[in-house]
Amino acid sequence: MTSVTFRSHDGSTVQVNGELGVSLMQTALSNGIDGIVGECGGSAMCATCHVYVDEAFVNLLPPMNDVENEMLECTVSTRRASSRLSCQIRLSRELEGLVVELPETQA
Amino acid sequence: MFGDEAGLPYQRPPLSKTFLKEGHPERLLFRNADFFAANGIEIQSNTPIASVSPSERSVTTERGNTYHFDHLVLATGTRNRQLPIPGFNAPNVFGMRTLEDASRIRDRLEMTSEIVVIGGGFIGLEFTAAAKQLGKKPTVVEAQDRLMARAVSEPVSEFFLAAHRRNGVDIRLRQTVLAVETDSSGNAFAVRLSTGERVFSDLILVAAGVVPNCELAYAAGLKIENGIAVDRTMLTSAPNISAVGDCVSFPLGDRRLRLESVQNAADQARCVARRLTGAVEPYDKLPWFWSDQGADKLQIAGLIEHADKLVAKRDDETGRLTVFGFSAERLCAVETVNRPGDHMAARKVLSASDGIMLADLEASHYRLKEVFRTVARP
Repeated sequence: MTSVTFRSHDGSTVQVNGELGVSLMQTALSNGIDGIVGECGGSAMCATCHVYVDEAFVNLLPPMNDVENEMLECTVSTRRASSRLSCQIRLSRELEGLVVELPETQA
Repeated sequence: MFGDEAGLPYQRPPLSKTFLKEGHPERLLFRNADFFAANGIEIQSNTPIASVSPSERSVTTERGNTYHFDHLVLATGTRNRQLPIPGFNAPNVFGMRTLEDASRIRDRLEMTSEIVVIGGGFIGLEFTAAAKQLGKKPTVVEAQDRLMARAVSEPVSEFFLAAHRRNGVDIRLRQTVLAVETDSSGNAFAVRLSTGERVFSDLILVAAGVVPNCELAYAAGLKIENGIAVDRTMLTSAPNISAVGDCVSFPLGDRRLRLESVQNAADQARCVARRLTGAVEPYDKLPWFWSDQGADKLQIAGLIEHADKLVAKRDDETGRLTVFGFSAERLCAVETVNRPGDHMAARKVLSASDGIMLADLEASHYRLKEVFRTVARP
């Protein structure tokens, strides 16, 4: 298990334990985290699972591919340097304690 | 929430892709049981509804229990089209719609090498690409003269025909399956094609389209018109019954439209949820679609069948393609292959109220993101 903290736009936080190998998007959905939609089921096709990754973890993530990079150009909430699609991040031991912030809106 | 399937509501798009390769049904769930409980949503799975009474405002389950409602939402979806061909009912002839279907196919795939896919549409081709990645030998049989003919333009059909063939998939256009041949134990081992040829196969996927599940609505006396007919706010002909998703035909301009897509189902559901909580707005969302076929990603914004003029921009070096569809010189749809940035820009451009004219795109050399900047509104 990997501990993950979701910080919502209003500042409140929820900590959950995610299963190794499962995507961050799915971890959010199965823990009832509001603010992640994941409409396409994890295909990097809808950009509704946008998160801002806490600076301490940005460099621990796998690099993004062209598809994710292009989808992030068109998220509804503003893209930042720390923006990722949570469906493209699989939980690993290295990500223990991961903190992500949820954008104001996804769609 | 009543459903005839087992378990909690789940995402269907991965069934023909990631799930086939990786399994893990628990990763498909929209929300876990705690979420539904915490939000006061009671899920009654494995509970088919036998009838709906608009006048009594009640539903009755097949087990004979009756429940009353103030408002009812029908989201009955579609089912796979059955083919009237001999041998169709053999146990290794499958459809791909539910998690149960996909799980059975996944189990069977392990002992399969040769596969026949009947129907070269989205699901058939997504499955084909996944099967190929798993080292199987698929043959696709499509009755039309091009792939995905109902959903995409000719340049996109050609792109994917070439991509699948390059990948080693045997694709037969303008051919049909006349019969499934079965052995003495009843299992299919081959199909007989309209050309007379026999193709051996130990797994047959039928992906030849769907039909909307309208029977409950029809029996309840609701208006049916290629799907459950709804008005602009997704209300059926009964004042206390709404309907959403693939099973619904809704008005668009002077015609009716029935769409099979995740976007359509989710946006229509949001429209009904807002109406029931006090914000009545007509449904007017831009339709968009996607299909992952192996390494190639197809995304569609708008309805390409409404186009009377197409402009295709193809980059053979990078394997990318964009097709612009125009209706009376106005941009009405954009298909992209391996260009997600253009797809997202197209969605924004097409949702902008004034629309974009052919001349605007020509002036910008078809750079969508540039055009988007000129029409974007805060």
